[in-house]
Amino acid sequence: MHSKYLIVGSSHAALEGATAIRLIDSDGTLAMLTRDARLPYSPTILPYVVSGRSRPDKVKLRDESYFRANAIDFVSDATVASLDPAQQSLCLVSGETRRYDKLLIATGAAPALPPVPGLREVPYHVLRSMNDAVGLHEAMQHAKSALVLGAGLIGMHAAENMAEARIGVCVVEMQRHALSGYFEPRASTIIERTFTRNGIRMLMGRTLQRVERAGEGCRATLSDGSTIEADLLLVCTGVKPNMDFLAGSGIETEAGILVDDRMRTSAPNVWAAGDVAQARGFWGDKVLNGILPNAVEQGRIAGLDMADDAGLQPFPGAVPLNTYSFFGQQAISVGRAHADDGVDVKESGDDDKGVYRRIALKDGKLIGIATINDFIDAGVMWQLILRGTDLSAVRDKFIADPMLTGRQLMSQTWR
Amino acid sequence: MAKCFSTLQFHPERCDGCIECMTACAQAKAGTDDLRFSRIRILPSINGSGHELALCRQCADPVCVMNCPSGALTKNADTGVVDWAGDKCVDCLLCTAGCAYAGIVYEAEVGHVSKCDMCDGAPACVAACKNGALEHRTEARLFNGFAEKEDMFCPGLAACHGCNSELLIRHTMRMVGPDSVVAAPPGCIPGMGTVGYNGQTGAKVPIFHSLLTNTATMLAGVKMQYNRVGREVIAVALSGDGGTADAGFQSVSGAAERNDPILFICVDNEGYMNTGMQASGVTPYGSWSSTTPVGGAMQGKRTEAKNLPVIMTMHNCSYVATASPAFLEDYYAKLAKAIEVSKTGMAYLHVYTPCPTGWRFPSSMTTEVCRMQVRTNFVALWEYDPENGLRFTHKVDRPEPVSNYLKMIGKYRHLSEEQVAHIQRTVDDKIAYLDQLTKIETHAAASAH
Ligand SMILES: Cc1cc2nc3c(=O)[nH]c(=O)nc-3n(C[C@H](O)[C@H](O)[C@H](O)COP(=O)(O)OP(=O)(O)OC[C@H]3O[C@@H](n4cnc5c(N)ncnc54)[C@H](O)[C@@H]3O)c2cc1C
Repeated sequence: MHSKYLIVGSSHAALEGATAIRLIDSDGTLAMLTRDARLPYSPTILPYVVSGRSRPDKVKLRDESYFRANAIDFVSDATVASLDPAQQSLCLVSGETRRYDKLLIATGAAPALPPVPGLREVPYHVLRSMNDAVGLHEAMQHAKSALVLGAGLIGMHAAENMAEARIGVCVVEMQRHALSGYFEPRASTIIERTFTRNGIRMLMGRTLQRVERAGEGCRATLSDGSTIEADLLLVCTGVKPNMDFLAGSGIETEAGILVDDRMRTSAPNVWAAGDVAQARGFWGDKVLNGILPNAVEQGRIAGLDMADDAGLQPFPGAVPLNTYSFFGQQAISVGRAHADDGVDVKESGDDDKGVYRRIALKDGKLIGIATINDFIDAGVMWQLILRGTDLSAVRDKFIADPMLTGRQLMSQTWR
Repeated sequence: MAKCFSTLQFHPERCDGCIECMTACAQAKAGTDDLRFSRIRILPSINGSGHELALCRQCADPVCVMNCPSGALTKNADTGVVDWAGDKCVDCLLCTAGCAYAGIVYEAEVGHVSKCDMCDGAPACVAACKNGALEHRTEARLFNGFAEKEDMFCPGLAACHGCNSELLIRHTMRMVGPDSVVAAPPGCIPGMGTVGYNGQTGAKVPIFHSLLTNTATMLAGVKMQYNRVGREVIAVALSGDGGTADAGFQSVSGAAERNDPILFICVDNEGYMNTGMQASGVTPYGSWSSTTPVGGAMQGKRTEAKNLPVIMTMHNCSYVATASPAFLEDYYAKLAKAIEVSKTGMAYLHVYTPCPTGWRFPSSMTTEVCRMQVRTNFVALWEYDPENGLRFTHKVDRPEPVSNYLKMIGKYRHLSEEQVAHIQRTVDDKIAYLDQLTKIETHAAASAH
């Protein structure tokens, strides 16, 4: 089988790639291969499937009519096993071969397991696919206690889900604080306290030394010598890009597939986007930036470039960003969470009320802003960072009310 | 075929910050005066000199939708509104990261993200805005309708760069439709190829190249013959101002006096642009043209333009109107009436179509020039029928000085201050005169009370 455009993956980066191609080229043949057995869904929705708030069949990102209307050959249950860029072909696990003129790799990432002795011998869960979410939801029906390994976004979401299901939860995190990729210790502390208040044991700054089976569940030994028994073990210690099938292809990789500002890989006619790609960071080296908005943006750029869009705006560089809801509260972080030398940082808020704000400026420009229970428009802040908008003249106003000042500035810009 | 959609336009210069729009929105959406429930946000400008807007743009390419992991946000293919489904939303706020306009925002009091939904096509904010700072632009409806209709001209007409007469005649004939016959006397319209080249036609309907002097009467005769053989057709003249106001006038006047059932459209570019930019009877005072040069003895045209559409109201036409290609809704409404009227009597449309080549302004500015003609009252938009008399269809309350218009155009570059002042006076007089005409009590109006 041959198609002009071939896309591997069916999630955010893949779908935006396909939509972008169709903006420019309405009839070049386009096929989308995915190892999933179902219509596209977002990994980000999975915590809500775990909690039961969202039903697995109600969270489709697209349905058949989208693929029909856009003349996309959507192939599920199709796992790519290897790639031969010289032949412009790839091989599926089923043995089938697919040829392409242009290929987009949007295979995302998979949970990375820590090298803990005994881990592979005990029953454990991860959370990346719909099957994972459905499995965890079911396991939670019987569990009374749970151990969550990792206090990143996924672990924190899942811990909250479990606490709300009246399961005794313990979160173990190697870093000194939760969500350290997005928040400074003061902010993390506010979030951790909310978790503690909701009955979750937050064991920060500890690692798992060993884990063994205990009845239906497991017994874990921590670096501080303590042990924890739990009916359910969930491992959320980070992700790694899905790129094993590139072995032997010669495509350059580091932590992810290396791409340029048009999402082109080192091989001709091969693009990569989303969690699998390692693209330029806004402040320097190429980075993985495993967040949904990044996958959307990169997928779109890749698609436009594949279809030779003359007006393509290249990738401006990855900016870390997140909007995080927990126990009905909101934490938002855009840009760099941790200050360097020479950065003008203003912190304010009321820790007891759980209100927090931190603004980091450098040379009069915004480089990072984080808030808790203090809404800011993440999209506006993102633009201020990307555009390098000079805030020197409005610094005090911005610090006093970043939401209002940001909106005023953007509105002016759009005139 | 991609669709166009209605939109909300903000005119910051008209906004006085009364925020009645916000109250109206909060009332419409949540039945409260609590402004936190408003989905439109008017903000003071940073320097305090004006007002800013945070509002959903209903983007064609909405990043909020792309960023939504739950399928709660979708772009509605029928209405163009970015719809939010509360039952699917999981409050993750990722949509807010996709919006650079602060058009979808979270408010603790509201408890979830909210955004403008255009009130099902009747925005409460617009109705509440007493200054006209918010406008519901619905022209998209026209474009969608027109896209579905067949273009009655061939591709590749060779109008000058920036000429909007081609746009005008294509749109006009889409609306008139295939059961029609067109007369095009010498001028730009046949010149751009509508009547064809080398034995091939440029139109998909019968089109004939009448003489400059006989267009209206010949068209009326053709229509009569169609009637005689039992066919209903719309008979349309696409004439320049020369073929209408000067050499063509006796036949136009005669047809109007007899109220012949034709639709006569004068595409007025203020002169004989096709043959070398000679002045016509409607070339305005002060204009440079090749027969009204600028030099020692002359500073452009010395006489005033005659007000041809007003003259046409003094005939027995069933309908007379002026129009501008920058105000298409206004034009289409008049065209629809004119088409109907032309089945039984004469309809006369006078469309002001600036000429980038002959008037000397950049080809990218044509629509802007059209707009400024109206904003300065240089061109007044009105319609007339014998029953109801004359009425303005787009009254300009605070006209800009006519100099703002004149300085956009090369053919006025030489004007002295006195000449500009003179033109301003004639513009004011013309509006005052039209205003008087609107006050004439017709029989129909008199018997109404
Ligand atoms: C529980 C959870 C919560 C999250 N919460 C947030 C959040 O709050 N905010 C945020 O910004 N991000 C969040 N993320 C991250 C976000 O979901 C990802 O950044 C985003 O999904 C990346 O999109 P992608 O298209 O690059 O890859 P993915 O979504 O990972 O999709 C990869 C696709 O490739 C397919 N695939 C993989 N390997 C193969 C193969 N060999 N052959 C064929 N197909 C293959 C998969 O089936 C899938 O369709 C969360 C992720 C998880 C798991």
